[in-house]
Amino acid sequence: MQPFRKHQGTVAPLYRADIDTDQIIPKQFLKRIEKTGFGEFLFNDWRRSVAGASEPSFVLNQPAFAGTSILVAGRNFGCGSSREHAVWALADFGFRAVVAPSFADIFATNCAKNGLLTVAVSEAEASQIARKASEIPGYQLTIDLETLTVEDDLGFSSRFTIDEFTRHCLLEGLDDIALTLEHEADIAAYEAKHPVPAAWQV
Amino acid sequence: MAVVIDKLMRHMPRTLFEKIWDDHVITSGAGRLPLLYVDLHLVHEVTSPQAFDGLRAAGRRVRQPLRTIATVDHNVPTDPRPAPIRDPIAKRQIEALEANCREFGVRLFDMESSAQGIVHVIGPELGLTQPGMTIVCGDSHTSTHGAFGALAFGIGTSEVEQVLATQCLPQRKPRTMLIRVNGELGPGVSAKDLALGVIGQIGTAGAAGFVIEYAGAAVRALSMESRMTLCNMSIEAGARAAMIAADETTFAYMKGRRFSPGAEEWEQMVARWRELAADPGAIYDRSMEIHASELAPFVTWGTNPGMVVPVGSRIPDLPPSAADRRTAERMLEYMGLEAGTPIEQIRVDRVFIGSCTNSRLEDLRAAARVAKGYRVASGVRAMVVPGSQQVKHAAEKEGLDRIFRDAGFEWREPGCSMCLGMNPDILLPGERCASTSNRNFEGRQGRGGRTHLVSPMMAAAAAIAGHFTDIRDWRFQ
Repeated sequence: MQPFRKHQGTVAPLYRADIDTDQIIPKQFLKRIEKTGFGEFLFNDWRRSVAGASEPSFVLNQPAFAGTSILVAGRNFGCGSSREHAVWALADFGFRAVVAPSFADIFATNCAKNGLLTVAVSEAEASQIARKASEIPGYQLTIDLETLTVEDDLGFSSRFTIDEFTRHCLLEGLDDIALTLEHEADIAAYEAKHPVPAAWQV
Repeated sequence: MAVVIDKLMRHMPRTLFEKIWDDHVITSGAGRLPLLYVDLHLVHEVTSPQAFDGLRAAGRRVRQPLRTIATVDHNVPTDPRPAPIRDPIAKRQIEALEANCREFGVRLFDMESSAQGIVHVIGPELGLTQPGMTIVCGDSHTSTHGAFGALAFGIGTSEVEQVLATQCLPQRKPRTMLIRVNGELGPGVSAKDLALGVIGQIGTAGAAGFVIEYAGAAVRALSMESRMTLCNMSIEAGARAAMIAADETTFAYMKGRRFSPGAEEWEQMVARWRELAADPGAIYDRSMEIHASELAPFVTWGTNPGMVVPVGSRIPDLPPSAADRRTAERMLEYMGLEAGTPIEQIRVDRVFIGSCTNSRLEDLRAAARVAKGYRVASGVRAMVVPGSQQVKHAAEKEGLDRIFRDAGFEWREPGCSMCLGMNPDILLPGERCASTSNRNFEGRQGRGGRTHLVSPMMAAAAAIAGHFTDIRDWRFQ
């Protein structure tokens, strides 16, 4: 996993509540069996007409936001389906972090497994960041996972929280499976006491 | 010190969730998340191929193949079988699952299997879903299995790989929420309406970070199918999981199923399961009460499941705050509706009866009772997609397929179908659908499609009337 320590980038505003994973990556693109190549289809139904033409009003189609790497969104971002394809699409498109008042549980976990940072800020802060990103060309945020701060060059600064284990894994780019296997003896001991149900062993 | 506190905690009254959690935590070292053992891992074709690839790349095996069960559901066609899968990418995904299951020794109920079906329908009906278990699946509606007093939740593909490799998951301990439903549901008011009522009340993120435990007389009175519907939809309120303590209804449903405990250990298991119910005085982080008698058949009008009103009412007026107003306007524009429109005046083009929410035998019986002796309104296309081969077979045995076909409904093969439209069953742009599924997100059932979530009875009635209608006024034939 790609580590996340500190990142500075241009902010794209998509300040709506309840943006679900069906919007982030519509289901017609879930049939691929690889993890790569989903960025092209990020927010497809908002980015393109049915005929495939680019929708100029959509934020990610505007030249001002080319190269953006931080998305600011409304509350409950990533709700709905557990599809990790949504995270693969955001990361593949170039996003390193999403800033929002709150995130859906499964989505936030999926992000952490892929080095995409979810930064929970207050509703007022998210609204303020979204407004600045809309109004100020090239508006940037700096997100520091070591100091747990998010700030801009215009005097905005805020702290965010993240559980210590997730932070550690993100900072070091650690593989959860390898970490879990460090507990092999504990797992094996548990399994010895909890055998597979008899009716399943046929 | 930590050990002493832990021991003290174990003598405090515990909730159903806490008992299962405590039973499954393997380690909870400092600086690490608690490591939770997984009893049952359900796998399907869409969220697993990258996980199996990960195993291969790292030279890992499936740690517990007997605790891993796979089926194909999300993108299988619902045409009569055997039918070729015409979509080459879907075909590739299904073939990838078959190859992965062969390579890693995982039991697969494939398209030809008499046990194939939607993963959340077949787990319970095969007796795999059992009280006290931890159950995961790369699908958000895994909460369904909580109806049996199990701790069941959806995971992403990285976690699928982790469970395949280690049978464990590092998990942050969720908080607990008790929802007590008092009284009894009125005629025509189903578990789906209860679920929609809860989401309407607490909102789409109202239970985020929580495991819901449902209790109260109205919940105890529900069949297993209805309990599954209720737990299934809890993810739409943001819940990590939802659960209902096992009782006689649960045991009666489970007894004698293929993977249920056999006769020789049945009584012992039942005794153990009974002990899982929350202790008197157990404390929840949050509690709320709902009065079942205040619920009505509901219809969603917007593009998230919290936008719900009773069938007898109108689409709400625009909210006063500017931000909420913009959201509502956007939803209404997408849905092609106007504030103030009576729900019963909304006409439908399509009707979908199916999905992991409402495709079990009880759901099909309820819809068939409404459809019996009627014809689907002209211009409406209605389809019934049973949740599994077993459901389909049982429904045909009692003639439900005849009732549906005679009424002009399509009777199809099992799968997720038009709940998410990964297979060829989709809405066309602008089409309006009364659907028994779980999500009315933009484009969920097909790009530009407009979804209204309802119960099976309400969906069947809409198919026949051609518009939403209050099932409580229905003339059954």
